[in-house]
Amino acid sequence: MTAFYALLRRDLKLATRSSGDMLTLVLFFIMVGTITPFAIGPDKAVLARLAPGIVWIAAFLASLLAMDRLFRADHEDGSLLAMRHAALSLETITFAKIIAHWLTTALPLMIATPFMAVMLNMDMTIFTRTLISLALGTPALTAFGAVGAAITVSLRRGGLIAPVLILPLSIPILIFGVGAINANAGPDAETAAMLFLGGISLVSVAFVPFAAALALKLTQE
Amino acid sequence: MSPDTAKPMNWFDKLAHPGQFLIWSRPLIWPLAVITTLMFALGLWYAFFNSPEDYQMGDTVRIMYIHVPNAWLSQFCYVLMAASAIGTLVWRHPMADVSMKAAAPLGAAFTAMALYTGALWGRPTWGTYWEWDGRMTSTLILLLMYLGLIALWRAFDDQLRAAKLIAVLTLVGAINIPVIKFSVDWWNTLHQPASVLRAGGPSMPPSIYIPLFVMTFAFTFLFLTLHLVSMRSEVLRRRVRSLERKQANGAVK
Repeated sequence: MTAFYALLRRDLKLATRSSGDMLTLVLFFIMVGTITPFAIGPDKAVLARLAPGIVWIAAFLASLLAMDRLFRADHEDGSLLAMRHAALSLETITFAKIIAHWLTTALPLMIATPFMAVMLNMDMTIFTRTLISLALGTPALTAFGAVGAAITVSLRRGGLIAPVLILPLSIPILIFGVGAINANAGPDAETAAMLFLGGISLVSVAFVPFAAALALKLTQE
Repeated sequence: MSPDTAKPMNWFDKLAHPGQFLIWSRPLIWPLAVITTLMFALGLWYAFFNSPEDYQMGDTVRIMYIHVPNAWLSQFCYVLMAASAIGTLVWRHPMADVSMKAAAPLGAAFTAMALYTGALWGRPTWGTYWEWDGRMTSTLILLLMYLGLIALWRAFDDQLRAAKLIAVLTLVGAINIPVIKFSVDWWNTLHQPASVLRAGGPSMPPSIYIPLFVMTFAFTFLFLTLHLVSMRSEVLRRRVRSLERKQANGAVK
């Protein structure tokens, strides 16, 4: 357990010490939100209606952008290979890295969401629901991203191909994520979508460390 | 090792050995192609001249005889790829990754055909080429997954290592198959619910389901023929590549 926390702390430290990455990610997220009003026109009513979808798409793109860095640096400098000789199993290591990655990519995006809410004219209820749906959905997004990152870690062009592999699998997260905010669908549909989102996250976070660790093992064979 | 001490090959070894595969698969191609042609001739004759028009849809109902087999194969092909992926990961079966690789473009083609014929059928009957309903959307996702897997195969230089990694992704993606299968029951939208394989038999007269079954078998045999041929060409392609590599290393005079 101490090794697990040590690994977690190491990854968090690495991410915060080179905080440029985190800042760039948040900037990118806000930038997507800033650009859409230029693309669809600054009509406040339209923006308010599209806001949850825009926030989700921005979060999607930002997490795809960050996905590649989940394993790449550790694979390239050999620390992943060294970690395989640790007392921890590769599955646990992957799990720790996924948690650290979520804390350093998804969490900053959620903290930046209030800016998006102001820019996109969201009201308070929609904003709260968006935040809850992001909190429930982003663990699954990070988990799927980890599979893509693990499979493409040995490819030099991995940063380009991994999103193509992972996007189709992540579509259900987007469907339920936006469905959980849709006010027209009625209160039951909202709760159902939230529960689905939480369910997808729990299942994917439970199973992904095994798939990603298998992919990492096969890469290093 | 002298030949008499060598262990005789059992059927599993014969299946796994690429050279043996080339030997036993060769005589299968022609019979499969002949069966496919006969089935298509019979099925198309049935479909065009010996099945009734629908009382609502008229002649457009005949699109079904192309659409349904393609939709079936779009999913069957993925199931076959997932089974091959298990073969690759569990038994490290050399022919399983060849089968997995050869099936991906075929699956993409059948899925694209299913979507295309579905759009052609949807325009006169539903009044729209495309609707974001559960089954269509999940089939589109399936097409994107096939294309992603093909792209991934092309991104790797070392095809043997690629096979194992792609097998992991193929198995992860297999969750989409039950979603497609049950999408018509979970989301009650435009697409009709299951009407062929259901409890209590098909909900249509024999004059329609007989040509449908013949066409489904015809398309399935078409798939089996094409799959075998493309597996053979993949084995040969790998052989050529390893010979080229040997020659580049100066090992071949």
